[in-house]
This record gives sequence, C-alpha cells and structure tokens, in this order.
Amino acid sequence: MKVNVIGGGPGGLYASVLLAKNYPDWDIDVYERDPADNTYGWGIVFSDSTLSRLREADYKTHEQITDSFAKWNPIDIHYGGEYIRCGGHAFAGLMRAKLKDILRRRCAELGVEMHWEHNVEDPTSYAEDADLLIGAGGLNSVTRETYEEAFKPRVRMGEAKFAWFGTEKPFDVFTFIFRENDDGLWRVHAYPGEKSTFIVECTEETYENAGLDGMDEQEGLAYFEDLFADHLGDYELESKLYQWRNFPVVNCRTWSHENVVLLGDAAHTAHFSVGSGTKMAMEDAIALQEAFVEKGSDDIEGALNWYEKERRDPVNRIQDAARTSRRYFENTERFTDLEPERFAFNLLTRSGRITYDELKIRDAEYTDNFDRWFAGYATDDDMRAIARPPMFQPLSLRDVTFENRAALTPGPSSEGETGHPVAKQRQRLVDLTEEAAGLVLTEPLAVTENGRLHRGTPGIYTDEHAEYWDQSVAEARDGPVLGAELFHAGRRGATKPRERGLDRPLDDGWELLAPSPISYIGESQTPTEMDEDDMARVREAFVDAAERADEAGFDLLQLNMAHGYLLGSFLSPLTNERGDEYGGSRDARLAYPLEVFDAVREVWPDGKPVTVKLNATDWRPDGFTLGDAFATGNRLAEHGCDLLTIVAGQTTPNDRAKFDADVLERYSEGVRNEINVPTMSTNYVTTTDDVNTQVGRASADLCAWYPPDADVNSL
Amino acid sequence: MNVGIGLPNTLEGTDRDLILEYARRADEGPFTSIGVFDRLVYHSLDPMGTLATCAGATEDIRLATSIIAGPLRSTAMLAKKAATLDVLSDGRFTLGIALGARQEDYEAAGADYRSRGRRFTRQLEELIQHWEGDEIGPEPVQDGGPQLLVGGESDPSYKRVARFGDGWIGAGGPPGRFGGCADSATAAWSEAGRPGKPALWGHGYYALGDEAVAKAGEEYLLDYYSFTGPFAERIADGLLTTPQEVVQFVRGYEERGCDELIMFPTVGGIEQYERLERVVESEL
Repeated sequence: MKVNVIGGGPGGLYASVLLAKNYPDWDIDVYERDPADNTYGWGIVFSDSTLSRLREADYKTHEQITDSFAKWNPIDIHYGGEYIRCGGHAFAGLMRAKLKDILRRRCAELGVEMHWEHNVEDPTSYAEDADLLIGAGGLNSVTRETYEEAFKPRVRMGEAKFAWFGTEKPFDVFTFIFRENDDGLWRVHAYPGEKSTFIVECTEETYENAGLDGMDEQEGLAYFEDLFADHLGDYELESKLYQWRNFPVVNCRTWSHENVVLLGDAAHTAHFSVGSGTKMAMEDAIALQEAFVEKGSDDIEGALNWYEKERRDPVNRIQDAARTSRRYFENTERFTDLEPERFAFNLLTRSGRITYDELKIRDAEYTDNFDRWFAGYATDDDMRAIARPPMFQPLSLRDVTFENRAALTPGPSSEGETGHPVAKQRQRLVDLTEEAAGLVLTEPLAVTENGRLHRGTPGIYTDEHAEYWDQSVAEARDGPVLGAELFHAGRRGATKPRERGLDRPLDDGWELLAPSPISYIGESQTPTEMDEDDMARVREAFVDAAERADEAGFDLLQLNMAHGYLLGSFLSPLTNERGDEYGGSRDARLAYPLEVFDAVREVWPDGKPVTVKLNATDWRPDGFTLGDAFATGNRLAEHGCDLLTIVAGQTTPNDRAKFDADVLERYSEGVRNEINVPTMSTNYVTTTDDVNTQVGRASADLCAWYPPDADVNSL
Repeated sequence: MNVGIGLPNTLEGTDRDLILEYARRADEGPFTSIGVFDRLVYHSLDPMGTLATCAGATEDIRLATSIIAGPLRSTAMLAKKAATLDVLSDGRFTLGIALGARQEDYEAAGADYRSRGRRFTRQLEELIQHWEGDEIGPEPVQDGGPQLLVGGESDPSYKRVARFGDGWIGAGGPPGRFGGCADSATAAWSEAGRPGKPALWGHGYYALGDEAVAKAGEEYLLDYYSFTGPFAERIADGLLTTPQEVVQFVRGYEERGCDELIMFPTVGGIEQYERLERVVESEL
C-alpha cells in the first residue's frame, strides 16, 4: 500500500509514524514545503487524557515527548491589579520544534520517506499515485482547497487580532494577563516551556488605537515589553514570524473523499485559548491508524468512514468549547465591570466545559474562597469563614429581597372559558410557593378580555379576578417573592389550548389587536391595527391590572414585552409597520411599550420592583436584534425597570430558533454585562450546578429553573 | 420506561407469517409497542400497510411508525392513512415522522428533496388540521388525532416538536447522545410555553446470538445506512450484541428520560424476537 502525506507538521508526521509502525510493508512519503529544521512556532499544550492516548499509540515517542515536558496544573489570572490562582487543570507542554524533531527521528527510524522543501501545488496527482492521500497541511491545506467540492470547507475569521511571541521569562503555570492602557484592553495567554509562549490578543479597535499596523517588529516588541514590564522584568520578548492575524475557524462537511483524507488543522481548527490544535491533529492520527486496524487495509472507504465516525464527536466538542472561548476573548471588554473574583470565575467557566461543580472538584479551596467572597458581595457584609454557594445568596431589588436565585415561572394554561382564574390555576401558584424558590411568578395574566391567549387564560381585568388573586396570595406560603406577569396576547390571541400545539386559531375567536394588521400564521385572524383609542385603552388596562396586582399583594410585577405578544410586537420591525410615531425607528417602536411601562411604574409602589420580559433576538434576519435588546433594555432601565428576563424568538412562527443548552444564558449574559442591568436567564436548567455557574459567572442574577420533579408548566 | 419491539419489515425474507408472529407475541409479551421502519428504494415492507395488518392481529399494543419520512408523501393521503390506522387499531396508533435523508427515495416518489424541510413544517400543521377537521375522514379515535412524534436532531426539528408535536423520537445512538437531544427537545417545548413535557421515544438496534449473528447485524446496518457514509459506521458501532449491552442500553435510556424505547432486530427470523423477549422478561 502506498501512502502520500502532504504536510510535515506534528499531525502528518505522527500519522506516518503510527501507520509505518503498524504496517511495516506500507510505502509512506511525506511532502513538506518548509525545510526540515524549520522551527516555526512556540510551545504546544497537551491535557492529561491526550497523554495516555499517545502512550497507547506509540510508547517510544510518548516517552521522548513526556521527557521534554513542562508540567503544571494551576491557572493564574492577573486582572485589575489582583492575582487569582485556581488549581487542578492538569496540562503539559513542549516546544513545537522539539515535538517535530522527535517525530521526524521516529519517522526516519521506521523508514518513512520525508521530502523537505517540497511544495505540492496539485495534490490530485499525489492522490492518483497512491492508495491513500493524507492532507495534513494545516490551516492553509492545499488538499482541502483542491477537493473543496467534496469537503465543503467553511473558513471564517475570528474578530480579534493576535500575535505569538516567546520569552526567556519563566512562567511557571498557564497565565492570563488582562491589562488596560489608553489604547484598550490587552489579553495575554502565557505558558511554560523551554521558552515561555506569550500570545497577545486584542480587539481590532485596540490594535488600531495602538497603531500596530504602522509599527515594525522592533517597535511592536518594545510596545509590549513596556506594557508588560511588571511581568517580564528584564526579559525580552522574541518573535519568529512577526505578524498580527485573525484566527481562522475551519469546518468541513466531511473529512474524506474517495482515497483522500484530512486531518488536523486542515480539517478543523480550534481557538488557541483552549490549547487543542496539536492535540486534535495527533488524536486524528491515532484514529486513522485504528481505522485501518478495524477495517483492514483493503477497505479504504470503510476505514475513512470509521475514522470520521470516531473523531466527529470529540472534535465537535472541542470546537464548541473553542468557539465560546474565542468569543469570550473577543468580548472581554464586556466583563471589565466585574469584580476580579467574578471576572476570574467567568474566565475559568467560559467554555461551558467547566462548571461550578467541576471547579470544586479541581480546586475546592478556590471555590470555597469564591463562595466566601460572593456571600460577602451579595449581602454587602464582611467575608465570613462559612458561606453558601452563589445560588443560595440573596438578591435585593428595591425593598424586595429574594432569598435565593432560583425562579419558578410557569407557562400559560387554559382552564374554563371566561378568563376568570380557576381553582387549578390558583392551586398551581400556591403549590409553587412551597418549593423554596426565591421568586415565583404567575403564568401570564391577561389585562383585557381580548388580550387572552386562550379562552381559559386567567385574567386580572375585573374586580372579581382581583379578589381571586388576593385569595391566592393569601394562601401562598411566605418566603418566595411573589410576582404577577401581565400581558396582552396581541395577534397571538384567540388560540386553542397548547396541549396539541401552538398558535392554532379558535374557529370563533374574538377581535385581535396588534400594531399592524399582519396575521401570526396564515390561518390566524388578521388583527386590527391599533388606533390611539385602542392604545389608550390597553395602556389603562395595564395600569388597572397593576393596581389590582398590588392590592392582591403581589411583590413584583413583570411586563411581558416578548415572544410576539402585543407589546413585543411593537418592538419588532417584523410586526410593527406603523407609519405614525409608534413605528419606524427603534425608539419609535419602543414608544408605546415605554408609555405602558411608565404608566404602570407610576401606580406601582416605589418599593416594589417592575421587571420586563424582553426578547434578545427575533432569530430573523430583519428582526429585532441583540443590539436592539441592548438599546431597549437601557431605555427601560433608565425608566426604572429593575430586571430584564431574557427570552428569544416566537415573534414570528418562522424564526430560526436555537436550542443549545446555553443559548439563552449567553443572551442573558450579553445583556447583563453590556448594559449593566440585572437579568433573569430562562434556559432550561435543572441542577443547582447550572444556577451556581450562571450566577457565579454573572450570566444572570436570577435563573428560571425547572426542578426535575416539579412540572412547572402543567396545572 | 416502556420497551417496544421493532418489526423486521426491512429485513430480508420477512413474510406475512413472521410479521404476524412478531405482532401477536409482542402483544402477549413484555413489549408495549411495535415499531416499523420506512424505506422506499429498498426491499422492505411498507410501514403503514404492515401496521394495518398488525392492527387486526393485536389488541393492546401500541403501533408506531418509527420513523417515516413525511414529505415523501402527500399530506392529505397521509392524514387519511394515519386516521384509518387509528380507527383500525382503536386508538393505538402513533405517527413517528421526520424528514428522511435519502435522496433516492425522494426521487423515486417524485417528491422534491430540497424543499422538504419547509414542506415538512407545513405538513405537520396540516395533518392536525385534517384530523381535527371534518372533510377528510375518518375521525381518529384518539382525541385530536394519533399521537404525533417528530424526529430529527436539529434546531428546526426541535422547534417542530414544540410547535406541532406530542413528542420527539430519536434516531438511535448511545444513551448520552439521546439525552442531549431529548434535553434540547424538552427545552424547546418548555420555551415555547407548552404544558407538561414532550413524550420522548428512542431506538436501539440489536443482534443477539453468536459472532456470526453480530456480524450479520452489522452488515445489515452498514448496508441499510450506507448512503450516510460515516454515520453508518456510527450506527453499526452501536449495535447491541449481548444481553449485557441490551440491559445497559435500556437502563441508560431510562435514566435519560426516555418514555418508550423501541428495539429493532437486525437479523431476520423469529429467534431475534425470542432472544430479546428473554432478556426483557428476565433482566428488566
């Protein structure tokens, strides 16, 4: 069997080693554009689990590699003049050049032919000439480009600028340095090795402010030696190929085509902040070799399918973590209002792979200290020796204090025909107050008869309703903050109960109101465009409902401006086509919801908070965006909104919703830290670990929570 | 969690007697549902026709398509067939439905492949309308129509579950993978403001016996899913070949919230039924 390998980096060489070792009769040639002694690159990092795989695959190189290792397990974070260390993250690293030397020697020993300074322009002849072609040419793989029809690669550039440096200055552990100067915020990723690796990263804006574009290598080095003089001491920074780049994110639909296979960066990249590029390439090589063991060397297509099957999941996991990590470093400016302790916790949990509980396993002392700090911070009190975790720390909004950070927020139900709340609806609310949550909200309560979602949507628009809620509050257990959510269903109203699906219009509904006469789905009734009288009437209905909610004894009011209901459909350009002062620009679309908010805020007691449920996005190209949510949230906060409950989508039925476990948490985090308004996250979380992590890393101040045994959404 | 059994309707040599024997014994035995696969360009028995035969031969067991490709079919015809199956089984029919990824099936059926996602969304909406309406009968026995499970492991699929389905049905794979997808379906459901929780169904493939049986099962899966390339390897990798693996698999699904797990034989004949029945009766 004849194998051609394009690319003489760690992935290509290691694949050659493993194949040559297992199949001594195979004829393997490696083609590399650069000379053999090219030492481009600085240190590379491995985690513990990779090391054991390397040992199984080839003991000899494993031994040489581990002999060259620097090992460490803490991560140091320097930020805001403070320094925080968290242990338990086992890493090992060595110089890239050293790794290549080891693999090159092993290749020679095993009879692999290596052709250095051999540039391959057209891989097709190398594919025809061999039984197997391995494309291991890294980021700019010519093999990937040649067969792009088959691999369907997608390459997107990250937003941040970065450059790699080395230094003799010893860094004993993985070190993150965040340093602000007049030009902006600089991030440094530094880690140990024969020489330390020192990567500097910043936003495009900071890069321009610093004038790096106009600086030559010496000026650039001097700039950073000066900026980080306190860390570098007398040591200099060195560069090899001085350049500032954006990180290219490579994804491919498939990694193999006929007898051609991609591995390493050629197939997939992961941002350097998760330190996994070389690790993935070498694990790819291991899987490729195993694939031939599994399928036999006759079945190349089967082997390549097996290889891809084996690698797809782990690579996806790393790429997911790398994406969130990259985004963290692209947006670190957003977190500079956080206290150093919280900033560090957020950094450590950024990729989603490490949670509060995982940190506790890695370094219990670190999380104990964090708990103590957080308790002092949350209670505005001295730090004490004994502290409960973040989920169980109180939060105060105005005169109202939540005992913990979990919120129970039931969805809409339909009982009865008239909008009068019924015993089952009351009982659910009372039952939820037994669950020891910090906040219990009602399901959305209609402020007018026509504002009902279903026939049996409970209302708060008559005095009888108010009396009923008054009794409900009286029956509720003391402890949780009890909130009423007010809404008007707008064009989503007059639908059948949701047992059999969403937005199914009643055959004999009622008149619907909306900012513009656009039906929700084809079969839905076309709503009436609201005129000034309608707007005044609905505004008053919200005010009356707020007064009733206050009399009933609710501690908190939430206005629903999301999910395509009436107030939400004013905010979105997809559903608001008005030509008057309530449509058009973002501010104009906010005008009516803001009038409603102001009118409600005025009658609602000063000591009690008003919160708003707001979409972070419509998930439609021309819809309400995260930027709109920032601006809208800001205005609402200026008008006295105390907290934003962040949801997304449903403005139109054709949204492109996402259901990743953390997507709504990310939006909550974005809003909270971008505009510094408290938020409640609403992603589907079921464990205390989720809540501790979210609250700890400042993704949210409250978390909607779905305890596994309490079905919050059913009556 | 309930355990169902898949019929060998895509396996070679399956005839009327074998289908009826599977169905009758499953109805008497430890299984709570019967599942069928759907392929057009393949030597397989039509899923709904097969279930119609089973409907007449059984009394209690649930009959499920698991899964059929919706947009291959005319919606009105499908609504009528599903309602008919619901009547003939006296309310025991579950329609598991998804996009289907086999282009050749679409070509053979004369259905457009590229627009199938959009048409599928519309189809789900219309199915419910047909079942609730009074134009295309019969009136289903189950209130509002047969139980409707939507398959697919993507965000648009989870959204369809939340908007139109009674639940989600997974395509197979290890319990961890099922759990992740089931969580997404449940999250979509909850975020949409649906009451309760979605029904969650899963699939497993088994070949119980000696090494030759395991090998035959694996070859069947690689062939049946050959159009998916690496994915076929993934499925074949998950083939359960020992009672131990079956028990771990079933428990794993149960832990991750599965309501109904349908176990499909990958080798023909009645022995596979018997072997699984023994494991389920004695170990679960």
